[in-house]
Amino acid sequence: MDNLLSIVTFIPALGALILGVFLRGEDEAANRNAKWLALIATGATFLISLFILAQFDPADTGFQFVEEGDWLLGLKYKMGVDGISVLFVMLTTFIMPLCIAASWNVKVRVKEYMIAFLVLETLMLGVFMALDLVLFYLFFEAGLIPMFLIIGIWGGKNRIYASFKFFLYTFIGSVLMLVAMVMMFHQAGTTDIPTLMNHEFDSESFSVLGIQIVGGVQTLMFLAFFASFAVKMPMWPVHTWLPDAHVQAPTAGSVVLAAILLKMGGYGFLRFSLPMFPVGSDVMAPLILWMSAIAIVYTSLVALVQEDMKKLIAYSSVAHMGYVTAGIFAANQQGIDGAIFQMLSHGFISGALFLCVGVIYDRMHTREIDAYGGLVNRMPAYALIFMLFTMANVGLPGTSGFVGEFLTLMGIFQANTWVAMVATSGVILSAAYALWLYRRVVFGALIKESLKTITDMTARERAIFAPLVFMTILLGVYPALITDIIGPSVEALVGNYQTALAASGDAVQVAGH
Amino acid sequence: MIQADLSLILPEIMISVYAMLALVGAAYTGKDELAGVLTWATAALFVVAAFWVGSTGGGTREAFGGMFIDDGFARFAKVTVLLSAAAVLVMSQGYMAARGILKFEYPLLIALAAVGMMMMVSAGDLMSLYMGLELQSLALYVVAALRRDSVKSTEAGLKYFVLGALSSGLLLYGASLTYGYAGTTLFSGIIQATGDQVSLGLLFGLVFMACGFAFKVSAVPFHMWTPDVYEGSPTPVTAFFATAPKVAAMALFARVLHDAFGSVVGDWQQIVAFLSLLSMFLGAIAAIGQTNIKRLMAYSSIAHMGYALMGLASGTVFGVQAMLIYMAIYVTMNVGTFAFIMSMEKDGKPVVSIDSLHLYSRREPGKALAMLILLFSLAGVPPLVGFFGKLYVLRAAVDGDLVWLAIAGVIASVIGAFYYLRIVYYMYFGEERDDVLDKGGSPILYGFLMASAAAMLIGVVNLFGIEAVAEAAAATLVN
Repeated sequence: MDNLLSIVTFIPALGALILGVFLRGEDEAANRNAKWLALIATGATFLISLFILAQFDPADTGFQFVEEGDWLLGLKYKMGVDGISVLFVMLTTFIMPLCIAASWNVKVRVKEYMIAFLVLETLMLGVFMALDLVLFYLFFEAGLIPMFLIIGIWGGKNRIYASFKFFLYTFIGSVLMLVAMVMMFHQAGTTDIPTLMNHEFDSESFSVLGIQIVGGVQTLMFLAFFASFAVKMPMWPVHTWLPDAHVQAPTAGSVVLAAILLKMGGYGFLRFSLPMFPVGSDVMAPLILWMSAIAIVYTSLVALVQEDMKKLIAYSSVAHMGYVTAGIFAANQQGIDGAIFQMLSHGFISGALFLCVGVIYDRMHTREIDAYGGLVNRMPAYALIFMLFTMANVGLPGTSGFVGEFLTLMGIFQANTWVAMVATSGVILSAAYALWLYRRVVFGALIKESLKTITDMTARERAIFAPLVFMTILLGVYPALITDIIGPSVEALVGNYQTALAASGDAVQVAGH
Repeated sequence: MIQADLSLILPEIMISVYAMLALVGAAYTGKDELAGVLTWATAALFVVAAFWVGSTGGGTREAFGGMFIDDGFARFAKVTVLLSAAAVLVMSQGYMAARGILKFEYPLLIALAAVGMMMMVSAGDLMSLYMGLELQSLALYVVAALRRDSVKSTEAGLKYFVLGALSSGLLLYGASLTYGYAGTTLFSGIIQATGDQVSLGLLFGLVFMACGFAFKVSAVPFHMWTPDVYEGSPTPVTAFFATAPKVAAMALFARVLHDAFGSVVGDWQQIVAFLSLLSMFLGAIAAIGQTNIKRLMAYSSIAHMGYALMGLASGTVFGVQAMLIYMAIYVTMNVGTFAFIMSMEKDGKPVVSIDSLHLYSRREPGKALAMLILLFSLAGVPPLVGFFGKLYVLRAAVDGDLVWLAIAGVIASVIGAFYYLRIVYYMYFGEERDDVLDKGGSPILYGFLMASAAAMLIGVVNLFGIEAVAEAAAATLVN
């Protein structure tokens, strides 16, 4: 199959189209059909995407399954995956059926809900496969529309504020990237990503209004891309949209947001920032390392005092993304391996944690931590699963969370010991907030009247968690599954990065190098 | 050579003759009873003329000693103008008939305005330029005040007339200065007279003419009339104002800047960039507070003119191409949006307040979705076609070393996104209300709305091939 990637990308959109055109009515039967159709579409996407994984050759560090076609303005419709992106594609196709299954209790506007999620899946897959700057931007930005609607229509009480904040925050981040992309197009004459990765953008330092801009145009372009990816990631101090969006979004929306959308930022750093602007990256790396360290400590502390479970997990996500950015800009094999690993593992773990909140939210309709306590007495299976993911979130050895944190910290340690020291304290803090949350919700005496009749997880809910549990433990005990695939591509990336820095000659000497 | 000259302007002659004959004929026979037929006939004639202009001849031909130019650029603009005018006429027929304001003069005035616009985009001389511009403007002043018993409509007509006359005065003053210093009214003569160094008198002429054009495209700071005229005019007339005349005026602006002052790009580049910057920001910010959707669309069109001017400001072939593509996309979006606005009714009366759209998506999911697509496209969010319009002009700005303008443009687009999102918010996230809009509505409006929204989605594939056409058109203008 020559156009496997396009097939995988557009199956969900096709499902959405069928839903939109042929499904009529608002009754029970129509809603059931909508859910099943969405589940089938996402399930089929996952199954077909397995072919990508099966035929993928990790030893080849170039792009595979490449498709190319002409488009407007000298742009290209070009798709392809390499070792860095292929697993994000898999993560997306893996998480989406679970999201649909987790949305089985949605009551209002079911058809539109399913359409929004299916369209969102197409757009997210496109982001990880696009090999043309503008095609990437198209998918990257378009994802805002369905997510805006998901938060705004099916969200909680304060959904309007959250949806506008989400949209405008991320929009302003990315439009600057658009200008930088247009400039790259102007300077390099192409928007082909593989070509641009080998293009050397001008890194001659110059000064504007007396301010010395080290790294010149590269630094400016790096900053424009950084504005977009840092907001998406999200990095401290531009993370404030995330807790709002997470809290207000419906459960499946939170899962998609945490498990996949946030990863676009990290993916962007790996695909654009490091290979295309090596000098810019090198100039800004110390700052980003320290920002990440601050993010880890600060958001962990903020997470400690949260009273809303989703908010707590949202802040914990920001902290974990701190490891990712630090790992990426450590710019060595362990750091980047770890960052990718951490992103994938966080996809499973944070997704599962939001689902855990969803399980009890569906029963009690509150996310207040104080409203719970002693759940273990009535929900033993839930307590077990929640514990597993709490531990994975903390980074307990044997779970995938440990591998990611360990690798990134090792990478950071080589790049900057002080940052590594600060970042490591986040491991302890994460244990503090996660275990404390777990204690308050699950342990203790079951004294609240409203909880006395709460029921344990249904078969459907258990079935949703089963694959996540499996993946978290599998990757925890056998991480080579992932590192074998990403390893060669990361090695090539790091190699090119170092070569480009050495070649540019005026690689700026900065602290920690 | 008079025959060759006449054959070149045959489409214009055909429409003018039709307009005059129909005017006399209808006045002596059925009067307003014929209005419906005439509307359809005029629209059909526009479509025929558009195909005629679009399919005949290639290359550049001149008539009347260079006063009239028929080149790829003019043909592109004429086709856009005629098709959008036809679309608006077809849409307005039902709306105006239902409200008893479908006078037989309406389609004929639009036809005369169309002739004026065709003259404008083909003008090769300051005289023919002014002739086309005034023919267009005079027809539009009248249609703005079409609803004679409405204070707002007559106010709109009067305001438009007074301010329009002022801008025509500025333009004429500039034209006379230009003539005085260049010694000719022909664009080809002016560009020779300017050479590489523009004299002070010519510069003044250029500035005054630019002011006149800025008024016609409603660029800030000459935009004041736009919200009032948009609000006061009957909605179909507003739809017309927002589409065809904007294309014609923008094309005329490009024509004068490149054909007459193409050798001194640096002198007008900053003027256009300045107009563009102000329009984008004022359009984005002033629209936030609007509750009337027609006023909102007025500010939206001001902002969009800012983006189109960004393409023009680059002063390159690609800039003109970007501007043409932007205008074609803009017109398509506006036709759909105004089809939606015209279909907003409660108990058969038109409604223009945005908060009447509360939870509209529950009652009319199809129309709400189409409007959603159009709004995101207007905001320039990918993957919709509106984004590509922005991409073209941004590319043009960067090519023309106007990176600061590109950055300002994208920031303004974020501010602008807010007010488009606000309409989405009413339609999708609002609250349940009793005073809801009527369901159903005219199938014609529905058709235009859906077609326009579908074009915004499907156009992503190749923009319906207008890229190559616009490129060829731009190449004929700039050399």
